[in-house]
Amino acid sequence: MTRKIWAALFALCLLGMLAGCSKKENTNEEQGTSPTSEVKPAATSTPIDPATAASVSGTVTFGGAAPKGQKIDMSQDAACKGNNMAETIVADGGKLANVFVYVKEGVGDRTFDVPKDSVTIDQKGCQYHPHVLGVMTGQNIEIRNDDETTHNIHPTPKDNREWNESQPPKAAALEKNFAREEIMLPVKCNQHPWMKMYLNVVKTPFFAVTGADGKYEIKGLPPGDYTLAFVQEKLGEQTQKVTLAAKDSKTVDQGFKQ
Amino acid sequence: MPPRQPAGCRRYTDLSRELFLQRIALPYNRAHHRFAVFTGCVTFLLIVAGALVTSNDAGLSVPDWPTSFGSLYKIPHLVGGVRFEHTHRMIAQFVGFLTIILAIWTWRADPRRWMKYLGITALGLVIAQGVLGGLTVLFYLPPAISSAHAALAQTFFCVTVLIAVFTGRRWVEETPRTECDERRPSLFTLVLLSIFVLYVQLIFGAMFRHHGLSWWPHVLNAATVATVLSWTAIRALSQYSRIDAVRRPAITMLSLMIGQLCLGFVAFLTRVAWGHDAVQPELPMVISTVAHVAVGALLLATTAVLAVQVWRHVPVALAERVPGREGKPVAA
Repeated sequence: MTRKIWAALFALCLLGMLAGCSKKENTNEEQGTSPTSEVKPAATSTPIDPATAASVSGTVTFGGAAPKGQKIDMSQDAACKGNNMAETIVADGGKLANVFVYVKEGVGDRTFDVPKDSVTIDQKGCQYHPHVLGVMTGQNIEIRNDDETTHNIHPTPKDNREWNESQPPKAAALEKNFAREEIMLPVKCNQHPWMKMYLNVVKTPFFAVTGADGKYEIKGLPPGDYTLAFVQEKLGEQTQKVTLAAKDSKTVDQGFKQ
Repeated sequence: MPPRQPAGCRRYTDLSRELFLQRIALPYNRAHHRFAVFTGCVTFLLIVAGALVTSNDAGLSVPDWPTSFGSLYKIPHLVGGVRFEHTHRMIAQFVGFLTIILAIWTWRADPRRWMKYLGITALGLVIAQGVLGGLTVLFYLPPAISSAHAALAQTFFCVTVLIAVFTGRRWVEETPRTECDERRPSLFTLVLLSIFVLYVQLIFGAMFRHHGLSWWPHVLNAATVATVLSWTAIRALSQYSRIDAVRRPAITMLSLMIGQLCLGFVAFLTRVAWGHDAVQPELPMVISTVAHVAVGALLLATTAVLAVQVWRHVPVALAERVPGREGKPVAA
């Protein structure tokens, strides 16, 4: 009798462990990438004829009533005196901000030079500015702290190297880059747990982030068939196909619903 | 006339008597016992501080280890997550210091050899715990290491509580009142089973808190824990309620288990049902999850105490086997 009870409990526990673990193990497969995959060195960039370059622009909207903004409690740190509203979904007048728009498919094997200019992440009022940022693989990111308190910057990537560094007030800017493509890579500050932002690392320069008016524009695309992806941190990804002829300037709008 | 005991149990009680005679020579050391109790209390405080770190998502607010922001002794500005993480580190250092003293004191003052080894075990555990705490920071909170850190914390707490029990006046001076256990499974088996399911529950809970596992294994196993612990407590209270040393921890275990189930339900609501979209750790979630961890630690320690008291007071009757005519063993 005792043996049977022991065996049943052991089997139950083992089953629970296996089932619980299996969900976590699938995460890398779902991404379709291997975190240990080697990054191939960038080949020489393929020139695009500016005379035929096309562009795509549009507006991203949010259908239905905009969710009520979530208030942040910054009382943990007296030096935090910023806008205390979370930026999870910012939809003013139905226009959705902070949507990362990029060319997901259609560029083929083209390669592009990494821009020499850095992009900036500013920590101000204990919030990250901007909340969503796009960069190319290998592009320099300058991280500044304009607050009178120490922050730590902690990206939690799936495919890139993780790091966690603190940055005291008035410290020199941190300079970082990411080697692999990764969409909606979360960056957080463990000192101020409400501080979150998302980095989007792509291999092409064909990306944009919607502003407060929900608008975006991607320029300099060679003629071709493309898949545009619209990614929002909470609402997920939506795609649209678009065909661009030489010098085309097409409008592709996208709507999200909760 | 007392009931006749089986041979195995009789032998056991004879052994207890011998142990009692040896125990006469063992003086109760009040200072040592109080120090052990103090170490146990500070360890409990450390578990609460550690739970606060996890619930406030402050585990990496101090990015380096063993230093804190590059210094071994400077106290950083205690704001935001640093307040939780650095306080946890300071209490941990204090517990490490107390454990060193406790181990040395036990080694020198306690004549029981196994107690000397228990003191050294406590020291080994606290060192391993410190290393795991450091590794979890250096490797950015991997679920396996963070969960091991959480499980070892409660193991260490149990050891400090047991040292406090073993150095207590009752344990040292009292003549154990023994009653033989002839039922199967024995109460001792049930208590060991309780510890096992509690450990599994602890690991499931820690893995969920550290994002290594979904919530449902922990919730499902709660039913197993409730069943096994209730069975154990009911058996202890229905059969051995006359033995204070067994009755008290059994009642405490049952009460803590009921409280823990309620806290688990509240923690589930505040974290999983209502808090999954929260922009930052919210106070109801922090309070309920920290209380759930703290009561869980008390529950495990109480079950460990019940185990040693059952081992001492309720010896298992061993059926004597003699060869039969066919050469097969038969119960005497």
